Amino acid sequence: MQTKKIINDGNRAVDEMLEGVLAAHPRHLRSADGSPRSIIARDGPRPGKVGLVIGGGSGHEPTFLGFVGKGLADAAAVGNVFASPPPDPILECAKAVSGGAGVLFMYGNYAGDVMNFDMAGEMAAMDDIEVRTVLTTDDVASAPRDQRQKRRGVAGNFFVFKAAGAACDRMLSLDEVERVARKANDHTFTMGVALSPCSLPQTRRPNFEIGADEMEIGMGIHGEPGIARGTLKTADEITDEMLDKILAEMAPKRGDKVAVLVNSLGSTPLMELYIMNRRVKQRLDAIGVSIHATWVGNYCTSLEMAGASVTLFHLDEELQAMLDHPCDCAMFRAG
Amino acid sequence: MSIDTADLKRMFDAIAVAIEADRDRLCQLDGVIGDADHGIAMALGFNAVRDVLAPLDLAATEPTALLNMAAKSFLNAVGASSGPLYATAFMRAAAAVKGKTTLADGDVVALFQAMAQGIRDRGKAEIGEKTMIDAWLPAAEAAGAGNAAGQTLAESLQAALAAAERGAEATKDMIAAKGRSSRLGERSLGHIDPGAASAVTVIGAMRDSLA
Repeated sequence: MQTKKIINDGNRAVDEMLEGVLAAHPRHLRSADGSPRSIIARDGPRPGKVGLVIGGGSGHEPTFLGFVGKGLADAAAVGNVFASPPPDPILECAKAVSGGAGVLFMYGNYAGDVMNFDMAGEMAAMDDIEVRTVLTTDDVASAPRDQRQKRRGVAGNFFVFKAAGAACDRMLSLDEVERVARKANDHTFTMGVALSPCSLPQTRRPNFEIGADEMEIGMGIHGEPGIARGTLKTADEITDEMLDKILAEMAPKRGDKVAVLVNSLGSTPLMELYIMNRRVKQRLDAIGVSIHATWVGNYCTSLEMAGASVTLFHLDEELQAMLDHPCDCAMFRAG
Repeated sequence: MSIDTADLKRMFDAIAVAIEADRDRLCQLDGVIGDADHGIAMALGFNAVRDVLAPLDLAATEPTALLNMAAKSFLNAVGASSGPLYATAFMRAAAAVKGKTTLADGDVVALFQAMAQGIRDRGKAEIGEKTMIDAWLPAAEAAGAGNAAGQTLAESLQAALAAAERGAEATKDMIAAKGRSSRLGERSLGHIDPGAASAVTVIGAMRDSLA
């Protein structure tokens, strides 16, 4: 049986979504001339500033295009659902935001994205644009700790992009922006849980099977199977299981500060996210870690998947300043 | 027997038909160990190639130009992983037959081997990592061996197809080491790699249309 979706044509879903996004946010966003899949910030790109280009497959909204705006990303390259954009729209983003100080590519660590962004980077170099790349690898569940470079990027993108965008907006050099971005990634830890599948607009079939009473810990944001499947537990038990893994790696000391993101994978409602956030606060209080800021809601989704993720961003003075730096994007504002 | 630009266009048309017919099976294979979109991406890419080649003046186009157009249209329609991999395959194929207007059997085999090498270089995968390379590399070796032994193009491509089928089947017993499914570890065991499965479909359509 096909899933129910409010669409016109599965093959046109991404382009029709982009038309709607541009109609809703004309003050923040435009598409590059002749490249409708390159979404550019109206305000932000300027001479002497490192340009920040993010991107990836569609279906994770508000990631990526919702984080385009002054103080955060200068552009997002938009791919098909769950598929990396090809090099051309990425290249057009780089050209549109290049202010002569170099361009940083940031995206989640997936094989397809790496190949397409690398090809775009080679093309940009031919246009004398210096490109650096920082991959996000915040998903604790996706590889062992000693293979952090193999991990995928998930909801923690939010914090890593935010820190890098602030560094760009403060007119730091490409070297410095890259350093801040890598540090932010190293300080970001995410764990997710999925309760029910999502379905692509083109197939409208559930992309994996899961029992009515089951959950999967560690599932990826494209429905990639996680690390363990089990019977659905309570909110506190699920949150504890996530935090046990995150805190074991992050190893915070009493008095340390974190920022918290409790993110819905699509259809899990705010009520359940706030129940989880209550437990996050209890656990952090118990070990003397203070919460500098919390975001709860849909930040990195997987279409209509049910489930959630918890991300902790381990702050130091520099990262806290980057997090507090103001930004004004189509789907996110801070400061 | 020789192959010209019109034959190569027929080859791409045949691949598009075969992949479209295989689309749902490839999505299902990908749903088991990946994100269920491999059939969509492959169909999107080869349909785009077919559409770009359709209005072409074949008499005025050399094989290299046609293959480069195929590469660019596939890449820009797809992105994903299969986009850069197959686009690189077609660009290498284009380079392998540069300057030729008609291709002898050995040229077609060289084109085929260049495709496999392109996929290997772009994806940096090796045999045994549960990727399309497990179908493409043995297929290229079999085609080369057949050609060296004096086989006809039909025989060489048949040997390539058989090797690709064996290679794809063997991915069931492999633990994924590259791409999205590599995060699964041992849970990828027992499932055929969708990229290897679609490689068999592509190679099968090449054999049917060129031989």
